[in-house]
Amino acid sequence: MKRRSAEAWVSACFLGAAAAAVGFVVAYVVDAGPQVLGGLLGTACAALAVGLVLWAAQLLPSGTYVEERRPMQPPEATQTAFVETLHRGSSGTPRLLRRTLLLAGLALGAAVVVPLRSLLLPTSAPPARALRQTPWRRGVRLMTREGDLVRADDVPQGTDLTVFPEGMPRADDATAIVVRVDPRELQQPAEGTVAGILAFSKLCTHAGCPVGLYEQTTRQLFCPCHQSVFDVLSGAEAVAGPAARALPRLPLAVDGDGYLVADGDFDGQVGPTFWRPE
Amino acid sequence: MITRWMVRRLDDRLGFSPVARSGLNKVFPDHWTFMMGEIALYSFTYLVLSGVFLTLFFDASTTRTTYEGGYAPLAGSEVSAAYASSVQLSMDVRFGLVARQSHHWAALLFTGAIVVHLCRIFFTGAFRRPRGVNWVVGVTLLVLAIANGFAGYSLADDLLSGTGLRVANAVLLSIPVVGAWAEFLAFGGEFPAEAMIPRLYVVHILVVPALIVTLITAHMVILVRQKHSHFPGPGRTDTNVVGSRLWPGYAVRSLGLLFAVVALCLLLGGLVQINPIWLWGPFEPGSATAPSQPDWYVGWLDGALRLWPAWEPIVFGHRLPALFVPAIVLPGLTFLGLYLYPLLERLMTGDRAPHQVLQRPRERPGRVAFGVAALTFYGLLLTAFSIDVVSKFTGIPVYLLIYTFRVAVPALPVVTGLVAFVLARALRDSGADGFLALTWADVRGALRRRKPVPEAPSATEEPREAAPEEPDEEREPEQAEPEPVRVPAGPVP
Ligand code: FES
Repeated sequence: MKRRSAEAWVSACFLGAAAAAVGFVVAYVVDAGPQVLGGLLGTACAALAVGLVLWAAQLLPSGTYVEERRPMQPPEATQTAFVETLHRGSSGTPRLLRRTLLLAGLALGAAVVVPLRSLLLPTSAPPARALRQTPWRRGVRLMTREGDLVRADDVPQGTDLTVFPEGMPRADDATAIVVRVDPRELQQPAEGTVAGILAFSKLCTHAGCPVGLYEQTTRQLFCPCHQSVFDVLSGAEAVAGPAARALPRLPLAVDGDGYLVADGDFDGQVGPTFWRPE
Repeated sequence: MITRWMVRRLDDRLGFSPVARSGLNKVFPDHWTFMMGEIALYSFTYLVLSGVFLTLFFDASTTRTTYEGGYAPLAGSEVSAAYASSVQLSMDVRFGLVARQSHHWAALLFTGAIVVHLCRIFFTGAFRRPRGVNWVVGVTLLVLAIANGFAGYSLADDLLSGTGLRVANAVLLSIPVVGAWAEFLAFGGEFPAEAMIPRLYVVHILVVPALIVTLITAHMVILVRQKHSHFPGPGRTDTNVVGSRLWPGYAVRSLGLLFAVVALCLLLGGLVQINPIWLWGPFEPGSATAPSQPDWYVGWLDGALRLWPAWEPIVFGHRLPALFVPAIVLPGLTFLGLYLYPLLERLMTGDRAPHQVLQRPRERPGRVAFGVAALTFYGLLLTAFSIDVVSKFTGIPVYLLIYTFRVAVPALPVVTGLVAFVLARALRDSGADGFLALTWADVRGALRRRKPVPEAPSATEEPREAAPEEPDEEREPEQAEPEPVRVPAGPVP
């Protein structure tokens, strides 16, 4: 490119950048929406970029300069002098001094690490207990996300219902999914079920995602995260995907007012597996 | 002249013009692959700028509030302050959505540029002495970039990021012996603990960025001290650097690159939607999005989670969680391998000499094979993180895809590694310019000479061929900072 025409191109780019920047200000004032705002500011930067690169490539000296590289190692004597400086005064350090200093360092290190325990919020139970228990107790009523209590008739065949313990709609580890199947199809004892209604923990035993999708024809629960499949009729055994354990079951009963209640806590550990005695 | 006046005033106080002058004369090699690190640096710069803007509107708290912004479908619903403020800054703050989306795009670009930069360093042997230190700094930067990306997109407290945090929570829990305590200390209690978002916020905007800034500084100081390596070419030796001087040519070009990176982020941020949290909805106990995919830089881990079989053996009377191998052991080994690679290669080749001239990848068919195999492996894992989406669009059953990947993930890297080995060798032996210039005879020749066994670099070591490496000792260290000289004709490949 000729020098003159290169100059013309570069200044055209800079002009374009200026125009787009002004356009951005106008667009901002009239609230033109994110596409226009991002587009114009982006265009301004892009035009500036093209101009600068053209300028560097066409008008400025570049390439084929040679810089000599000096070896990293200094002359022997310099190095020796440095090492001696480092050792200054250290020859006479008594051993007792060194040992006690080391001890002080270790003790201080431990003292600094211990307060990490405070990271566990005072409101939280220690892990072993919190992970093993949920708020479900015998007689706690089932409540939907909307806050309604559930009667057996409210669970039509083929639907799935997400429930929480009454009054605790944000108790994540207690989230359960209620499904109704034909009681004759159940491949396991019917205790803890009410007229073919079963409840399972909704937290996938793989990584704890809520098992969201109930496939009515196959009676299977799907996890959206990594596609584990649980078979409802056999007690939510994991039949495909990376989950290894069945979804824990919540034993159900009906209370005096006809509402569905839990008949105790889940029959297994809810959510992802952690290191615990088998 | 004003410049003169300013320099005199500054020299009065700092006396820096000799240093500054030699700085401006610093020579940078002209090769496009050297821009990858710069792209990473500039996207980080943009991340800081756009991030500061976002912090002014974001409220990192899980306190329940009522959303009262302009997005009608959510109006009046009770959500966390973090989610409400994220939606508000996207919908009601002018330029807010552009800033948020371009911040997210810049994060993808940042991690992407680091990975490509790492590949360049790997395949050209730039990690060899004396640059092992900078390799370690760089790998640490990659780890930090991934961690910060994850922390960042988990902040909005939307349903998708809630799902990501669930999985992160399960990953911590899966560590043998200490898992439960690790998770409870990190999150403050059982998932979803209310301390989660504020803690991630501190990590995302203070702790990790401070570390990144420190390490980038170290990376650059070491770089300046050691000077750039350069590709082999006429006049390029182990005792010089050939390229453009920092001032003005290189600086202006690099400034152009800075604006190009910012332009890319802004254009993507303005025009291409990313992570529309108002569509995902707020995080709620007992709900998840389907499908749910994390950002690409953690996608390979998610892919590994999907492919690892349902296997929870009893170890020492304890149940070993299925997540432990794919989510803790795999990344642990990956980064350990990355950290140690320069050491391993040095042990295998016995090449301990300092190098300033890069290798062409073909000079080391074994390394090429190893690198290509590794890229195939992680590429497959990354593809596997979207099998549910692929299955939805193609109609192929998910489980068929999973079994295919379970075979492909260990098998395909062997194949691609072998092919890469043979091609690299054919290129090296024939001296062809590129793949297109290779003839069948070259490939056959490369096959014949010895049975190639790639995968482990150990099995593939070749007698070194004409690689310019011994620093020629003729030159003596000269006066303080010799000025770069222009050589009349050196072509710049
Ligand atoms: S969380 Fe359900 S399959 Fe991974």
